[in-house]
Amino acid sequence: MLKVGFTGALRSSVNGHAQVDAQASTIRELLSGLVQRYPDLAEHVDQGIAVALDGEIYRDDWSKPIPDGSAVFLLPRIQGG
Amino acid sequence: MSGFLVSTKINGDAFQFACPSEETLLDSLRNRVGLTGVKEGCGTGDCGACSITLDGSLVCSCLVLAAEADGREIGTVEGLSDGMKLHPLQEKFIEHAALQCGICTPGFLISAKALLEKNPKPSEKEIRYALAGNLCRCTGYDKIVRAVQAAAKEMRKK
Amino acid sequence: MSHDTSYTKQKFKLIGSRVNRPDGIDKVTGRARYGADASAPGQLVGKVLRSPHAHALIKKIDTTKAEKLPGVKAVITSADMPDLTGGNRSMLDILENCMARGRALYDGHAVAAVAAVDEQTARQALKLIKVTYKRLPHVTDVDKAMLPGAPVIHDWVFTSGVDPKPEKASNVVQRNQFGHGDVEAGFAEADVIVEKTFKTEQTHQGYIEPHACLATVGPDGHGDLWVTTQGHFHFRQVCAALIGMDVAKLKVTSSEIGGGFGGKTHVWMEPVALVLAREANRPVKLVMSREEVFKATGPTSSTSVDVKIGAKKNGTITAAAAELRYQGGAFPGIWGMLGAMTSFACYDLKNVQSVGYDVICNRPKVAAYRAPSAPMAAFGIESTMDLVAEEIGMDPVKFRIKNAAKEGTQASYGPVYGPIGIGPTLKAAQNHPHMKAKLRKNQGRGMACGFWFNFGGQTCTDLNIGVDGTVSLAVGTVDVGGSRASLGLIAAEELGIEYEQVKVHIADTASLGHNDTTEGSRGTFSSGMATIFAARDAKDELCQRAAKMWDIPVSAVAWKEGKAVAKGKRHNNLAPLTLKEIAAKSPNTGGPIAGHNEVVADGAGVSFASHICDVEVDPETGATKVIRYTVVQDAGKAIHPDYVEGQFQGGAAQGIGWALNEEYIYGDDGLLQNAGFLDYRIPVCSDLPFIDTEILEIPNPNHPYGIRGVGETSIVPPLAAIGNAVSNAVGVRMTHVPMSPPRILKALDEAGV
Ligand code: FES
Ligand code: FES
Repeated sequence: MLKVGFTGALRSSVNGHAQVDAQASTIRELLSGLVQRYPDLAEHVDQGIAVALDGEIYRDDWSKPIPDGSAVFLLPRIQGG
Repeated sequence: MSGFLVSTKINGDAFQFACPSEETLLDSLRNRVGLTGVKEGCGTGDCGACSITLDGSLVCSCLVLAAEADGREIGTVEGLSDGMKLHPLQEKFIEHAALQCGICTPGFLISAKALLEKNPKPSEKEIRYALAGNLCRCTGYDKIVRAVQAAAKEMRKK
Repeated sequence: MSHDTSYTKQKFKLIGSRVNRPDGIDKVTGRARYGADASAPGQLVGKVLRSPHAHALIKKIDTTKAEKLPGVKAVITSADMPDLTGGNRSMLDILENCMARGRALYDGHAVAAVAAVDEQTARQALKLIKVTYKRLPHVTDVDKAMLPGAPVIHDWVFTSGVDPKPEKASNVVQRNQFGHGDVEAGFAEADVIVEKTFKTEQTHQGYIEPHACLATVGPDGHGDLWVTTQGHFHFRQVCAALIGMDVAKLKVTSSEIGGGFGGKTHVWMEPVALVLAREANRPVKLVMSREEVFKATGPTSSTSVDVKIGAKKNGTITAAAAELRYQGGAFPGIWGMLGAMTSFACYDLKNVQSVGYDVICNRPKVAAYRAPSAPMAAFGIESTMDLVAEEIGMDPVKFRIKNAAKEGTQASYGPVYGPIGIGPTLKAAQNHPHMKAKLRKNQGRGMACGFWFNFGGQTCTDLNIGVDGTVSLAVGTVDVGGSRASLGLIAAEELGIEYEQVKVHIADTASLGHNDTTEGSRGTFSSGMATIFAARDAKDELCQRAAKMWDIPVSAVAWKEGKAVAKGKRHNNLAPLTLKEIAAKSPNTGGPIAGHNEVVADGAGVSFASHICDVEVDPETGATKVIRYTVVQDAGKAIHPDYVEGQFQGGAAQGIGWALNEEYIYGDDGLLQNAGFLDYRIPVCSDLPFIDTEILEIPNPNHPYGIRGVGETSIVPPLAAIGNAVSNAVGVRMTHVPMSPPRILKALDEAGV
């Protein structure tokens, strides 16, 4: 079981929840499961999303395994200079 | 095109080119002579990237008309090294990592050379004021000043 | 392919040494070719006509006279750049920013372009284009743009992130909230609460090289683009999509780049050059003037920020809140969101809330500028931190150390931190001799912390070994500040050969797989990672070849210090084979030897810095001089310390300019009044002292060598560090950046000092 946190504008696309429970072993699984439950999230996933696993931010590598019990956060995709 | 035929000596070699009367020396050097080591950062005399020497004195080539160079001697970054041998300033700029992107480097080298010819032992402050007409956005000038100090020391040895 | 990217303690021979960069000679002799330095046979000169109004309807563009001028080969407007984006609004924004579509949205917005045989003709052609405008009301100030009566710039912008969804369009693109805990309860617990509003003005990245490109498109639909960019793969993608080309048929080559700092991550005029080239069927060179760079390419946001921090007398922060309003120019951006995310990232807070607003104004489209959005947020937060420390009578460094985030802290933007460097940079700052140095009259000291995320991203690298045993390394991340030297060191280290045996190239888009842009401090981090794996790939091949040469099983061969060695008793009579020896025989052992790697280099590791600064303020003139400056930052592992220091110093210098001098000045007419280096003054050599650096090395657990990105964080603390120093020097709190002489005098005046 994973606890998945949402920040920023993402929160409004999951009915305002700050955190939901989910079951997934990779980032890909996590995102597709969440989009099924919260269709509004699809737009954000398409635009680009970043996933923080235990504090590390992953922008692209969706095959990344998620160890059980990890702290997961979904963030809007960010940009640098 | 109403134009001029300009006869100059560039980095020691005689060179002739024709250009419109309103063309800057910077544009002529870059586009007609092919010396693209002379850079344009602003075109208004504010950044020093286009620094060259005209009869030995330091000028911004974007503020000089090409026609004014007729009969005069031009020095650019391309003429700094002596064949395969780099000028001590060039060597020290590389050694001290005094360039990041390097777009400002040709201008700094020309300005620093002009300084060291007049003042072989400049203080840090003198270096900073002498180079104040050259903008660098990457380095914060720290390593540039150190490279000039090191080159000055090296040149005094000779 | 997946690789084990975790940090392994490794003893280095070359990493950490200060070798000469491979492009050094080219750059000190004038041979290096930048954006404007290339030319093609028959090339035309491109020029862009720009709006003289802040906001105007374009009623008509008459190009007939310009087209008839002898020597003019193409004249284009938005009609020649149809919308092919298929409803993708953010792509359409890029297109519309390249060329106005019916409306000029800011002073300097492109409205038409020409290509002609020479500079003079092109200029004349621009003069012959007749544009009929109808001026519209404009707004350039972020707070005013949010007011109910403000002119609404786009009728399709409805604020997202608010409940209920608004029914009326406004200039507010989105509201983003971050944080956790209960700030109201937290403030109720506080002994001291400080609340303040801060403003920062818009600045430009100020790279010395203006945007420049050389574009060719043939009638067969094949194109070439030579361009100064931080990301040629990204440029290829965007340009091809916007003008309807096949991605594979457009080859983009990144020139040497004369500075970018985020400003060259975006496409500004390259699609225009390509369309001109296609229309004229000739190469077109398009080079911006400095004025165009200021008016029409990415400055950073101007901002207005409210901060509230509450603390107990013992120094524990009980709650912290901020509202951040970021002006993003004429199109939607994510800058306010980034400001809200970074604002409290340095601290371990039980109750925290930050709300960011992205706001549209009649100004050029904002672009990333080195750790985008973080410096302005840090200015507000780090200034308020000093005020709280003062109120409770605690040393500001101690106060920060007491509240610093650490491993296990939940960041204000959500995630929980792994091993991080804020505590160590603060301690190093506290113990730095700079902190104890004596100050004289009119001088003040300030310090501040900064945070940035850092990214990795898609990366692809090729390593080819020549028959003479030299190595050419092709990478796809543009070298903006010396990364070729670092990557050469990494390849040599990994292969166990001399640095001089490796030559690093930046490959064009036709020669390598996709590489993300050099942004987010990713260059050395991610290409470094791909280089390590490409070298390991090559080592496997070298072992195979050695096994063939020896005629033994490959399982009996190992790679040690640049040589293949045969393992086991049966083979110990075999002398090791060097890379050079194996390469020489490669034609007969299976052909060329190469290593390749593609990777998504994620896990870049967040970055922290603490800066200390001393200033002297002249109370008569209000002029401020920075007299000493120290940067402490975590680099994970410094591959080439010179270029790490260079990043620290360069970022600090940009921050100093921002803090003291640089600002876009708009008149009431909405026009930019200082689009040149004379009136937009960046720091010069005589403005600055030497900038001291201290590199901390707290290995990044997600990189084999422990590397973290270092490019951006250094611009985050200076605004606040200098703000604190100036405030301490004059005894009045400064809340508006830049702290230019008139602003300092005004603050002194108002405080009755
Ligand atoms: S280009 Fe001549 S001074 Fe800037
Ligand atoms: S090294 Fe880039 S401007 Fe000086």
